[in-house]
Amino acid sequence: MMANKPKTLFDKIWDKHVVKSQVGYPDVIFIDRHFIHEVTSPQAFDGLRKRGIQVFNRQRTTATADHNVPTKDQHLPIKEALSRHQVETLRKNCQEFGLELYDLGHPFQGIVHIIGPELGLTLPGMTIVCGDSHTSTHGAFGNIAFGIGTSEVEQVLATQCILQYKPKRMKIEINGKLGKGVVSKDIILYIISKISASGATGYFVEYAGDTIRNLSMEARMTICNMSIEMGARGGLIAPDETTFAYIKGRKFAPQGADFERLVEEWKALKTDEDAEFDRVLTFQAEDIAPMITYGTNPGMGIKITDRIPTQAELQDISEQNSLTKSLAYMGLEAGLPLLGKAIDYVFIGSCTNARIEDLRLVADFVKGKQKAENVEVWVIPGSKQVEKQAIAEGLDKIFAEAGFELRSPGCSACLGMNEDKVPAGKYCVSTSNRNFEGRQGPQSRTFLASPLTAAVAAITGKVGDVREFI
Amino acid sequence: MAKDKFVILKSSAVPLPIENVDTDQIIPARFLKATTREGFGENLFRDWRYTPDNQPKDFVLNNSTYSGKILVAGKNFGCGSSREHAAWALHDFGFKVVVSSFFADIFKGNALNNSVLPVVVSESFLQTIFTEIEKNPQTEITVDIENQTISLANGQSETFEINAYKKTCLMNGYDDIDYLLSLNEEIRAFDLVNS
Ligand code: SF4
Repeated sequence: MMANKPKTLFDKIWDKHVVKSQVGYPDVIFIDRHFIHEVTSPQAFDGLRKRGIQVFNRQRTTATADHNVPTKDQHLPIKEALSRHQVETLRKNCQEFGLELYDLGHPFQGIVHIIGPELGLTLPGMTIVCGDSHTSTHGAFGNIAFGIGTSEVEQVLATQCILQYKPKRMKIEINGKLGKGVVSKDIILYIISKISASGATGYFVEYAGDTIRNLSMEARMTICNMSIEMGARGGLIAPDETTFAYIKGRKFAPQGADFERLVEEWKALKTDEDAEFDRVLTFQAEDIAPMITYGTNPGMGIKITDRIPTQAELQDISEQNSLTKSLAYMGLEAGLPLLGKAIDYVFIGSCTNARIEDLRLVADFVKGKQKAENVEVWVIPGSKQVEKQAIAEGLDKIFAEAGFELRSPGCSACLGMNEDKVPAGKYCVSTSNRNFEGRQGPQSRTFLASPLTAAVAAITGKVGDVREFI
Repeated sequence: MAKDKFVILKSSAVPLPIENVDTDQIIPARFLKATTREGFGENLFRDWRYTPDNQPKDFVLNNSTYSGKILVAGKNFGCGSSREHAAWALHDFGFKVVVSSFFADIFKGNALNNSVLPVVVSESFLQTIFTEIEKNPQTEITVDIENQTISLANGQSETFEINAYKKTCLMNGYDDIDYLLSLNEEIRAFDLVNS
């Protein structure tokens, strides 16, 4: 019987949200939670105005300002005219359409993918969208979360639905024990380096295996966050006790008996035993080492002790072409190691690695140490709440003593849109998710790595292997 | 909102034989600050077109030999960020069709939502198109949505996929929201039951 067909977690959530399904047409999917920010929403509101319609269900949309806010002097007017205009437009739109906005200075403001989970707005079993590709972050709670374009933002505001075709399903299983100095960022950089920046295109990924089960929610979010960097629509992890414990008591999470009842429902959110995936990949945690990227897409990563590949070592002609182009941009040479390479900036931040756990990891490592002289180090908490927590724990003092600059929350140097830019030609070890040409500022050069590897770079001024320091 | 109807397009094409063109190249992040959809064409491929001090570079969009409403690009076009601005920039610049042997998912959806048709051809046909344009930059390419064919002046042609729903939308000039708004009551009912 069809009804008994084993289902993946993805399918269970999807099927529950189909409002209408018609042959030859995309499914109409109901969206439980919608996040918006200043960059990809203005044109959507414009569209509503042009059509003369209201937001379909105001309770389901939450707004914040993150992409191009300054990370210094947030109480002052934004200096850069265009950024200021976008943030002001968001304010105006939220007021006009009656939406909740966590504006600059609000205790809940922060990077959109950091605040959703920490406020308990992100829950298991939901459908979640935002006009930003790293919406996949929320999938760590066992929901379907993915990035959408501005036309779709308009669809969700207008109808609380979007039109979607069901993607294929992929399972990535990781088993075993992580080695010393290896953290969740290394897991995902390792996977992407193995399957390439387009290796999961067309798929929605479920991460499974005991390595994943043993990770904290923060670490799981880092992995789901970068699903998009291998081309996937999104990634999710079945919820478990770790998930429920994280959600419990959060500001907007269901409380008391409601919460207990939901936990019972959430426990059913897992892939049935014999459910079929279109593709299954398996990795062993012991094979993973601290990782770093050398090129201009996140798939161009190596173990920190490896050499940059040479043309001859790459199979694919298109990979060979992008290698040449990337290395020219990065000012690096094929076949040489990255270890010991002098760097200029360290950026610890972004929706990939700016949660409290990331800041603790860095603080723990740098406690009592000093940054290298020629390096500028920016630590940008993911949200006001992370910032507050960091200060309460005294991490701000550790950073100050080390010569790190702890600034206010925002996307910051993850993308060269606000005031925080890496200057042309400079090297930056970054905990963010993209190393594209110009991503951190025109002609900037990015090495993606974990917060630990970034901390090593900050202290030594070079690309280094964290295992030699712990 | 009703857009232009699009059934058949005949045009010369602009060749961009580069693979993995990501959305940061199509429209660099620093140009995402606008609050309307217009004016992005000026900054299409900005960093490939101009030096930091705004001097034109040797790039195909600066080369008057090539023009047209069709962009022909290497494999994996539109990878990277989900920014829809990439589609707006192409549309605003005047491209109605992008031809490649592979498109990134999100880009494909964004393009279709903005009346830019992504046409997927085989790798060998893509190379043939590049060769034909090289021989004659003014060579005319015909994209026929109704019959789902892309044809070259020399008679060679290939069919391409487009889903029935998008095809109807493009040919009638209506968009996703027009369709979703027509389902308003069903959606309201769903929201009530599931909240
Ligand atoms: S931190 Fe970076 S990746 Fe995350 S939402 Fe902001 S700009 Fe996007």
